[in-house]
Amino acid sequence: MADIETIALVKDIDVDKYKYGFTTDIESDYAPKGLNEDIVRFISDKKNEPAWMLEARLEAYRRWLQMDEPTWAKVHYPKIDFQDLYYYAAPKGSAAPKSLDEVDPKLLETYAKLGIPLKEQEILAGVRKQGEKSELDEEGNEYTSGKVAVDAVFDSVSVVTTFKAELAKAGVIFCSISEALREHPELVKKYLFSVVPQGDNYYAALNAAVFSDGSFVYVPPGVRCPMELSTYFRMNAKNTGQFERTLIIADKGSYVSYLEGCTAPTREESQLHAAVVELIAMDDAEIKYSTVQNWYPGDAEGKGGVYNFVTKRGDCRGSRSKISWTQVETGSAITWKYPSCILRGEESRGEFYSIAISNGRQQVDSGTKMIHLGKNTSSRIISKGIAAGRSDNTYRGLVSAHRKATNARNFTQCDSLLIGDKCGAHTVPYIEAKTSTAQFEHEATTSKISDDQMFYCMSRGLSQEEAVALIVNGFVRDVLQQLPMEFMAETQKLIGISLEGSVG
Amino acid sequence: MTLLNIDNLHVKLEDEDRDIIRGLSLTVNPGEVHAIMGPNGSGKSTLSYVLAGREGYEVTEGSVTFKGEDLLEMSPDERAAKGVFLAFQYPIEIPGVATMQFLKVALNAQRKARGEKELSTPDFMRLVKDRAAKLNVSQDMLKRPVNVGFSGGEKKRAEILQMAVLEPSLCILDETDSGLDIDALRVVADGVNALRSPDRGMIVITHYQRLLDYIVPDFVHVLSKGRIVKSGDKSLALELEEKGYAEFTQDAA
Repeated sequence: MADIETIALVKDIDVDKYKYGFTTDIESDYAPKGLNEDIVRFISDKKNEPAWMLEARLEAYRRWLQMDEPTWAKVHYPKIDFQDLYYYAAPKGSAAPKSLDEVDPKLLETYAKLGIPLKEQEILAGVRKQGEKSELDEEGNEYTSGKVAVDAVFDSVSVVTTFKAELAKAGVIFCSISEALREHPELVKKYLFSVVPQGDNYYAALNAAVFSDGSFVYVPPGVRCPMELSTYFRMNAKNTGQFERTLIIADKGSYVSYLEGCTAPTREESQLHAAVVELIAMDDAEIKYSTVQNWYPGDAEGKGGVYNFVTKRGDCRGSRSKISWTQVETGSAITWKYPSCILRGEESRGEFYSIAISNGRQQVDSGTKMIHLGKNTSSRIISKGIAAGRSDNTYRGLVSAHRKATNARNFTQCDSLLIGDKCGAHTVPYIEAKTSTAQFEHEATTSKISDDQMFYCMSRGLSQEEAVALIVNGFVRDVLQQLPMEFMAETQKLIGISLEGSVG
Repeated sequence: MTLLNIDNLHVKLEDEDRDIIRGLSLTVNPGEVHAIMGPNGSGKSTLSYVLAGREGYEVTEGSVTFKGEDLLEMSPDERAAKGVFLAFQYPIEIPGVATMQFLKVALNAQRKARGEKELSTPDFMRLVKDRAAKLNVSQDMLKRPVNVGFSGGEKKRAEILQMAVLEPSLCILDETDSGLDIDALRVVADGVNALRSPDRGMIVITHYQRLLDYIVPDFVHVLSKGRIVKSGDKSLALELEEKGYAEFTQDAA
C-alpha cells in the first residue's frame, strides 16, 4: 500500500514547477555552431586575448581531440554531439557596462525573477542587509551579514561587477577572467592551468579550449578580503554550452570566501556545462569556496536538464594553507563533480562539505579527492546524499597519502538518506596510503526517512512536505552550518522545494 | 458540545483480517479526564494511533467525530491543527533538528492551518521559556535534537512540553508513565495537571494505577480485547489494582 502511494506521488512530481524556467529575450551574439580551431580562434579574438592565451587554447583543443569521454561514473545519458553546440554566446551590447544604468533592463528583470540569494537590489545598491535571525538565539540578536560583492555571469560574459572600488582599496582583484587577461596578464599567465592543466581530463581540456568567461580573484599577502565574493552563473541561450573558468589565488596569509550560485532556465535539449575552477592557497592562506547549484534537473521523464561536468581543484601550495569546499547540489540532470584538494604544503588542510539532493530522474556522481603530499596534512570530508524519486546518487571519493606525507590524517563521513523505494544511493570510497603513519577514518551510513518520523512530525501539525523538509534539513545540518550565514536560510528553503512531492 | 465521540469503532491492521478494536464507544466532554486501562494487547495503543491518524490501520465499522466533524477523514496534520495531540509512548528521534526549532515549526504550521498569524520569534521564545520552566526542561535540552540522546524521563517531559506549547483541546497520553521513576512521574503529572481546564479533554492510557494517583481521572474505563468492558469512577482503578485484570477480561470472553 505504502509502495503504491509512493509510486503515485513520485508520478506527481511536478517538475514543470521549476521556478526558474523562463527565458530572457536578449539578442545573442553567437559563434557559429560546432567546434574546430577556427571557433577557438574566434573566441580568443572576440576577447582580444594575448597570443599566448590563444596558443594555450589551441594546445588544449588538440589534446581534447586525442581524448575519450570518461565513462566510469555511474551516470547514463545519450552521447553528446559536440559539433551540435554553440560555443560562444554573448548578450549583445553588454560587453563593458560601466554602471547598472548601462545594463539591459531585461537582464536586471531576470535577476529580479531569480530573486533569492542574489538579493540583487540591496546588494547592487550596496545596502548592508540584516541577516535572518537564528531560531536558537534567545537574546534575539540579529546577525549582521557583511556585504556581498557580485560578479554576475549572464551566459558567457561577465556583465556586472560590483564593489570593485572597495575591493581595490584592500588590494583585492575581483573581475572577469577576460578582464584579468587584459589588465593582469602576468598573474593569469603564472597561475592559469597550474592546478588543472589543459590536458587534465576530457571536460577540462574542452573548457580550456573554449572557455568564454568566469571570475578571477587575487588576494594580496596578509589581506583578509573585506566581503564575501559571489558569482551567479546562469545559462540562457539555446544549445550553448557554458564553459566557465574561475581562478582564485590567495597569497600568503590572506583569506577569501567565495560563493557561487547557479540557476538555468528550462530547455528542451540538455545543456552542457563544463566549468573549471582552480584555487591556489599560499603559505597560511585560506580559501572558502561555497556553491549552491540549482540548475534545471529535467522533466519527470528525465528529458532536458543540464549536464554538469565540472572540474574543481584547489592547491594548498603553501605551508599551513587551507582550502574548504562547501557544495549544495540540488539541480542538473547529471552531475559529475569532484571538488578536490592537493595538500602540498606542510600542515595544510583540506575540507569538503557536501549536500547532494537528487529527485525525479536526476543522476549524481559526486565526491572529492584529498591528495596528501606534504607532512602533517589533514583533511575532512562530510558528505550528505539524499536520493528521492527514481534518482541515483553516488558518492565517489579518493583519499590518498604520498610516501612522504607522514602523519597524514583524514576523517570521512558519508551519510545517505533514501526517500521512497525507487531511488538508489551508492558510496564508492577509494583509499590509498603509501605511508604507514597515515591515519584515515571512514564512516558511512545509509538510512531512510521512517514512517515513524513522518507520523510523529505530522501528528504535531506539519504537512507531509514540511515534515520531509524538516527531517532532511536536520540530516544535512552539519554541512549547512558551513555555508555563509546569509545563504543558510535560502538553502533550507531550496532543499524543501527540491524534494516537493517526493514522499508517500 | 461533545469534544470527542467514538461510536461502535472497529479497527484492524491493514494487512491482517483480525479486528483489534471491536465495537468501542466513548464520549469525552470538555473538561473531562478519562483513563483507559487494560492489559497488554487490549488495543490501547491502537486506539491512540487511530485517533491521531497513523497509517496502517483500517476502520471497518463505526465512527469518530471530533467537535462535530468526522475525525477519520482528516490527515494527521489536520487533526493536530484542529486540536488533537498524542503524547507518544515511545517518542521518535529527529536527528539534527533542535527541539526548539521543532516546537516553532509545529506551532506555526498549526497556526497557519487555522488561518492564524505565525508567532514572532520573541513571543515564541517567551512562551517556550515559560512552559519549559514549569516542566524542568533546561535551555540545553531545547537546543538538543528532538529526543536524540534523551533519557526516558527527558523524552516524556519533552512530550508534555510540546503539549503545553501547542495547547490542544484533546490530549491523548499513551502510557506516559512507562519508564519513569517516581520523581520524574511527579514532574510529568504536575505538567499534565497544569493543563487541565474546562475546555480541554484528556484520555490517559495506562497499564498501571500508579499514574492515576497523580493525574486523578473523572472516569475510568477497562479495555479488554478491543472493547470497553467496564466503566466507573476513579475507585475502579483501585479495584483493578487489587483484583488484577483477569476478572474483567473473563467477563469479556
